[in-house]
Amino acid sequence: MAQAAAHQSHDHDHGHHDPQELKMLGFWIFLVTDVILFSTLFATFVVLRNSTAGGPGGAELFNMTGVIIETFLLLTSSFTSGLAVLAMNKGSMKGLINWLIVTAILGLGFIGFEVYEFVELVHEGANFGTSAFLSAFFTLVGTHGLHVSLGLVWMIGLMFQLKKRGLTSETKGKVSALSLYWHFLDAVWIFLLSVVYLMGVM
Amino acid sequence: MLDKIKEFASTFFVTGDPMIYGADVSIALAMIGIVFVLTYFKKWGWLWKNWLTTVDHKKVGIMYILAAILMLFRGGVDALLMRIQLATPDVTLLHPEHYNQIFTTHGTIMILFMAMPLMFGLFNIAVPLQIGARDVAFPFLNALSFWLFFMGAMLFNLSFVIGGSPDAGWLSYPPLSELQFSPGVGQNFYIWGIQISGIGSLATGINFIVTIIKMRAPGMTWMKMPVFTWSVFSSCVIIIFAFPILTVTLALLFLDRFGGGHFFTLDFGGNPMMYINLIWMWGHPEVYIVVLPAFGIYSEVISVFSKKKLFGYKSMVYAMFMIAILSFFTWAHHFFTMGSGADVNAFFAISTMVIAIPTGVKVFNWLFTMYRGKITFKTPMMWAIAFIPNFLIAGLTGVMLSVAPADFQFHNSYFLIAHFHSALIGGVVFGYLAGLYYWWPKMFGFTLPETPGKWAFWFWNIGFYVCFIPQYSLGLMGMTRRLSTYGWDTGWQPLNLVSTVGAFLMGIGFLFQVLQILLGIKNFRKLKDTTGDPWGGHTLEWSIPSPAPEYNFATIPQVEERDDWWAEKDKRAKGIFRKQSPIEAIHMPKNSAIPFIMSVFFFIAGFGFVFGWSFFYIPGLIGVAICMICRSFFSYDGDYYIPADEVKRTEAAIRGSV
Repeated sequence: MAQAAAHQSHDHDHGHHDPQELKMLGFWIFLVTDVILFSTLFATFVVLRNSTAGGPGGAELFNMTGVIIETFLLLTSSFTSGLAVLAMNKGSMKGLINWLIVTAILGLGFIGFEVYEFVELVHEGANFGTSAFLSAFFTLVGTHGLHVSLGLVWMIGLMFQLKKRGLTSETKGKVSALSLYWHFLDAVWIFLLSVVYLMGVM
Repeated sequence: MLDKIKEFASTFFVTGDPMIYGADVSIALAMIGIVFVLTYFKKWGWLWKNWLTTVDHKKVGIMYILAAILMLFRGGVDALLMRIQLATPDVTLLHPEHYNQIFTTHGTIMILFMAMPLMFGLFNIAVPLQIGARDVAFPFLNALSFWLFFMGAMLFNLSFVIGGSPDAGWLSYPPLSELQFSPGVGQNFYIWGIQISGIGSLATGINFIVTIIKMRAPGMTWMKMPVFTWSVFSSCVIIIFAFPILTVTLALLFLDRFGGGHFFTLDFGGNPMMYINLIWMWGHPEVYIVVLPAFGIYSEVISVFSKKKLFGYKSMVYAMFMIAILSFFTWAHHFFTMGSGADVNAFFAISTMVIAIPTGVKVFNWLFTMYRGKITFKTPMMWAIAFIPNFLIAGLTGVMLSVAPADFQFHNSYFLIAHFHSALIGGVVFGYLAGLYYWWPKMFGFTLPETPGKWAFWFWNIGFYVCFIPQYSLGLMGMTRRLSTYGWDTGWQPLNLVSTVGAFLMGIGFLFQVLQILLGIKNFRKLKDTTGDPWGGHTLEWSIPSPAPEYNFATIPQVEERDDWWAEKDKRAKGIFRKQSPIEAIHMPKNSAIPFIMSVFFFIAGFGFVFGWSFFYIPGLIGVAICMICRSFFSYDGDYYIPADEVKRTEAAIRGSV
């Protein structure tokens, strides 16, 4: 606490504020809003999960093998994004880029499996408009998938910036924010796995 | 070919109503007028450099306020049209469909495109100055928030002449707002207008939370923070918890309409009640989002114009946070009649009543602040005082509505209409007007003339009671809301006529305010605020010249007391001067065109989604993405320094004129 206070008064001495510190706090608050966004989608899903309108429910539809593989890929990618930050803190640009590439590939694998799963479902006749349950399912899982996809675009863009700008406080801040975002998506996935899939097939 | 064009034009443009043709003509004339004036006076470059690309919080604030006043005019015209229709029975000025559109747009515009931007305008004007900061935490994001709001509002307003306005009420309840019952594009305009501006509101919430947490001047501990800043902080906390819910709710409604989903439909397992729960989980806190900053303004204004410290500062802060938290536990009182069961209704009835406690604490604090104060009746203070008796009425009727069994009687009647207009006009609009008068000299460097302001005040206030008090009775007499006309046999005519007269009195009040601003501009030399502190203020914004220089503070102040500037003036009077730190180069953000351009692309994408035109929304979304990437790649040199010498010259120039 005392340390934090001392740090703050140091910032204030010149009337300047560490922009990275501001950005990190802003990003944390953004993540809070994202938590609310997902909570709302979860609530909607939970309310509508049994409204299958005579159509298929989760137990008949979900292919748990695919889901387990997805989980494995995303959890591992969260771990490798952590390794990327560790490499960055050691000042190793090469390690950082390499771990980010591994993370991106794992993330891409996750998205690939998810898209495959969605296509399969639609082929079986379980599409977005079949029932309220499926509308809620595709929206909740799809929003998470969209977040992961945006994260991938961000990650790739960031790698270009890292190549061009090197490790500065700004690029470091961006990597930290990205990694935070990636861990957050991982946490959301755990809830998705439990509430949508595990409770669905139980 | 020609037939095809004709057919398209007749569905694309709204036709068949002389009022709409009038609107078409006036929009076209206004556009031509603006283009002509800007070209004639060679002001395009000035407009672009000083306003469209600015990231200065003070200018962003002024643009918010300007837009909000325009929207107040539009929403006000809607209101007067409705009141003309209801003045006596069997008036058919508006056919029922058009009437539905008017009440829908009136509600939506007044809350989302008038109250919210007026509030954000005041946030922008006052908060950085009150906490001794040079800008908000994220100036670029701040400009983006403004342009998103602006483009969202424009998209929403466009529906009036293109495609048709939404007509399912200001919260667009399904199943009425679903494709089955609203097949036109009106609901899509509603969804995208609010969605785009809502992203801006959410970003503003984040921005001001970070600003207030991190950018307070040294020495300004939480309990020394000005009470308006506290109210902004609590309002922003509600924003970040409430607005994502709105985003999701509207997105789901859109998925139903656009993608054939079944979230809120009547068939395939959809659940319209889910929408109503969700929208009020945002909608109820929204009331407190807009009212808390007004409470903050009353606290500032009442203490300054009573020449006293605010009574019970700490209890004010706690009360605001209690209200902020409780606001999330009351949403179901908006639909007591929907059969949730006695236990649920009882919970929400009690949690609603509990809000009266912190609100009551605040009202007593304001009264005690005035007690034995040396009150001066300047316009801001008059609005603040007028708020108190009015809010008493709003509060008492609010508690009446919160009693679930009684609400079965009042629900959706004019009693309810009168209640929330009392709360929102008397609580929110009065507060923002007080704030606008209070901070006007800080924005523009001159005070507004008092006499037309007082005329405006009395027209507004008398009109307000004449308009809404009869509506309480009408509600108890059985008149329901959203009624386009009624018969002579109802006996509602006399009170409705009185109410209409009241509405027009408020309209005259508004005209006096326009006159007041024009007279102020005309006589600005005489009204010039040379002191920087025309009211004898307490807080830091009054310690700098009016209007504030672009860097706000030449040196960042060192805060020692709660009402720091007041305390410093006291010390100066005793001949004690604080040591000034030397002027150094000042770090400033550069202007950026990206917020404006990106919002235009958002507008294009939104317009495409409204009509389901992929050749609009795909390029629009690509444009948004390109803007984001550009920002990310080129943000590294987004700032510059004002050299110390230039700061000294500027300071000498403005202070020299004192």
